[in-house]
Amino acid sequence: MSAFLSIAGLHASIDDNGTRKPILNGVDLDVPAGEVHAIMGPNGSGKSTLSYVLAGREDYEVTAGTALFKGEDLLAMEPDARAAAGVFLAFQAPVELPGVNNANFLRTAVNAVRRARGEAEMDSMQFLKAARAQARALSMPEDLLKRNVNVGFSGGEKKRNEVLQMALLGPSLAILDETDSGLDIDALRIVAEGVKALRSPSFSALVITHHQRLLDYLVPDRVHVMARGRILRSGGPELAHQLEAQGYAGFLAEAA
Amino acid sequence: MPAVAETLNTVESLTQSSYKWGFETDIEMDLAPKGLSEDTIRLISARKEEPDWLLAWRLKAYAAWQTMQAPGWGKIGHPPIDFQDVHYYAAPKKKPGPKSLDEVDPELLAVYEKLGIPLKERAMLAGVEVPDGGEADGRDGRPQIAVDAVFDSVSVATTFRSTLAKAGVIFCPISEAVREHPDLVRQYLGSVVPAADNFYAALNSAVFTDGSFVFIPKGVKCPMELSTYFRINAKNTGQFERTLIIAEDGASVSYLEGCTAPMRDENQLHAAVVELVAMDDASIKYSTVQNWYPGDANGKGGIYNFVTKRGACRGARSKISWTQVETGSAITWKYPSCILQGEGSVGEFYSVAVTNNHQQADTGTKMLHIGRNTRSTIVAKTISAGRSDSTYRGLVRVMPKASGARNFTQCDSLLIGDQCGAHTVPYIENRNMTAKTEHEATTSKISEDQLFYCRSRGLSEEDAVGMIVNGFCKDVLKELPMEFAVEAQKLLQVSLEGSVG
Ligand SMILES: Nc1ncnc2c1ncn2[C@@H]1O[C@H](COP(=O)(O)OP(=O)(O)OP(=O)(O)O)[C@@H](O)[C@H]1O
Ligand SMILES: [Mg+2]
Repeated sequence: MSAFLSIAGLHASIDDNGTRKPILNGVDLDVPAGEVHAIMGPNGSGKSTLSYVLAGREDYEVTAGTALFKGEDLLAMEPDARAAAGVFLAFQAPVELPGVNNANFLRTAVNAVRRARGEAEMDSMQFLKAARAQARALSMPEDLLKRNVNVGFSGGEKKRNEVLQMALLGPSLAILDETDSGLDIDALRIVAEGVKALRSPSFSALVITHHQRLLDYLVPDRVHVMARGRILRSGGPELAHQLEAQGYAGFLAEAA
Repeated sequence: MPAVAETLNTVESLTQSSYKWGFETDIEMDLAPKGLSEDTIRLISARKEEPDWLLAWRLKAYAAWQTMQAPGWGKIGHPPIDFQDVHYYAAPKKKPGPKSLDEVDPELLAVYEKLGIPLKERAMLAGVEVPDGGEADGRDGRPQIAVDAVFDSVSVATTFRSTLAKAGVIFCPISEAVREHPDLVRQYLGSVVPAADNFYAALNSAVFTDGSFVFIPKGVKCPMELSTYFRINAKNTGQFERTLIIAEDGASVSYLEGCTAPMRDENQLHAAVVELVAMDDASIKYSTVQNWYPGDANGKGGIYNFVTKRGACRGARSKISWTQVETGSAITWKYPSCILQGEGSVGEFYSVAVTNNHQQADTGTKMLHIGRNTRSTIVAKTISAGRSDSTYRGLVRVMPKASGARNFTQCDSLLIGDQCGAHTVPYIENRNMTAKTEHEATTSKISEDQLFYCRSRGLSEEDAVGMIVNGFCKDVLKELPMEFAVEAQKLLQVSLEGSVG
């Protein structure tokens, strides 16, 4: 039986001014259904790249390897089809969309995904009710719904807006790329609650983070250490504590 | 494949199918022979039973036109136009007035349906007699819109006329206004755009066939939106409509024109003139959703759209506002302008111009500040995709007496792919020390980041592009009357289906 998310031998590169620059150098990773896994690793090790490749960003070229999601070939799917299949990526740097109303954007996204999943679309009343309730749960000021997507949002507001989108889109695989960075202490707890609220036997999360604090709230089933485009070591929650205490130097030396 | 290249391919595959107004209608036509001469003009004038002064006016315009050259300064290119190869008059054949929709030529009804005109208005447009008062019910809850439909050279029908008449508003085909309100027409026709103003305006003055006439008397707020749908249907015909809108002291009106044409391999000529006159405290809001056939993906066919639109703010504190969404035509050449004569008068120009494939657009505005404390605002959004080329050309001229005049200009270009062009040509001539002009310009591309962000949320490529483009145009779209903003948004999306980078 294949795992919920199963990544094997994944290589990816980017075109860097005409030369091909390899970034992922054989990632192997399994995330069973219902589990929360953390990925930690030094800056530039390829964590965001992995999340982009899983979400379907086209400028990264997959040169080898596979990624199966619920038994399906994830890499063959368009980004919007992946969203419909249940993949959600909370961006490390959420993108601004000038002139695009946040509520309208969210509703379009929610309905696109619902349509693709064969669910009934939400009318604007239903949607606004749901969005307002979620915004309240995340202690987001309501006017963020009326503003343009991420335009002029503070760093923390952008992150909360990602979590709001996650809550409304109802994914079965959430990839959170440093969603905890830039959050104040209360927001961190709220975001963790947001992920916990989704926890179920049919939901998994891949949480990329540099900090122990989020993991204290979430208590991951597994922790993976990524460096130079590969998973170097995997372990239980204690691995994160070890990293916090010792840093990456030991792991990198060991792997070199 | 990077998103840009892929999108360009998608655009190519979609363009041919995406012009859904490209139907042709088989309606019995009364067609003048091809060619332009004094005889053609006499024939048009006779068909319209015009008074002698108008025929004389036309002939004078024709004489002037013969001495003129087509303007060469626009950033557009096309083979020379053979003005003798065009029909200058085409009218659906008149039949006795129908009693119900069943008696109406089904082809005509199909046209109205495809143009998106609601059923009740379709009936009225088709000339079905409606019992008095019957036209004014708003039971379906939609805002009421009075419609004039101009089919090739003639206005087919105008709705809601009695409701408007009760308010003192005249809204009728200009050919009818010439007969029913000759003094008004004679007073204002050519007073904003003189017969020999430019090559295409002179041509229009010589051969114009129909268009709308609007008169809002003193102190009257027009009780509903007025709207004209223009449709070129017949082969090898030119369309030369003439629109004249007058708002007396304290009057106000919002007017919208829409236009479509069948898909044809040969180019067709459209040369319209629009004149607006606003007296003291009057305001005219003129919105255009221009969707003439743009030609196919290889640049074959499409409408040549050469239009002169000008508004005169004659009265103090008068206001004229142009809003245009230009998605169609193979070539667009138009510069809706404001002559700001009245003290404290206000001119506005909000424009979205979209070009795709081989379309060319050279469009912008002129704001002429003559009176004191006159103000103008220009917001121009240019979107280019495919191999198209788009130019914003604007002139802000402040005359010596226009103390305290203000202008703000914002020009933004959005490029989709790397084979298209966008150009901004702003001219500012300020001859008054106390006047202030401001100009801001940006050029951007839809970024891969934005596209990917949208798509990762489940939006298809088309929806993602539509979302971003509509965001880019928001400052202009919000100026459109509500009911048309939605239509315009969809149109933008269709015009750009698939494109981006
Ligand atoms: N478009 C690009 N062009 C050139 N290099 C790139 C590009 N995208 C990513 N890289 C490089 O790939 C490497 C991995 O980047 P990535 O963003 O995946 O790291 P990360 O592990 O998420 O780091 P951080 O912890 O700082 O977020 C980095 O060296 C980065 O500079
Ligand atoms: Mg990163």
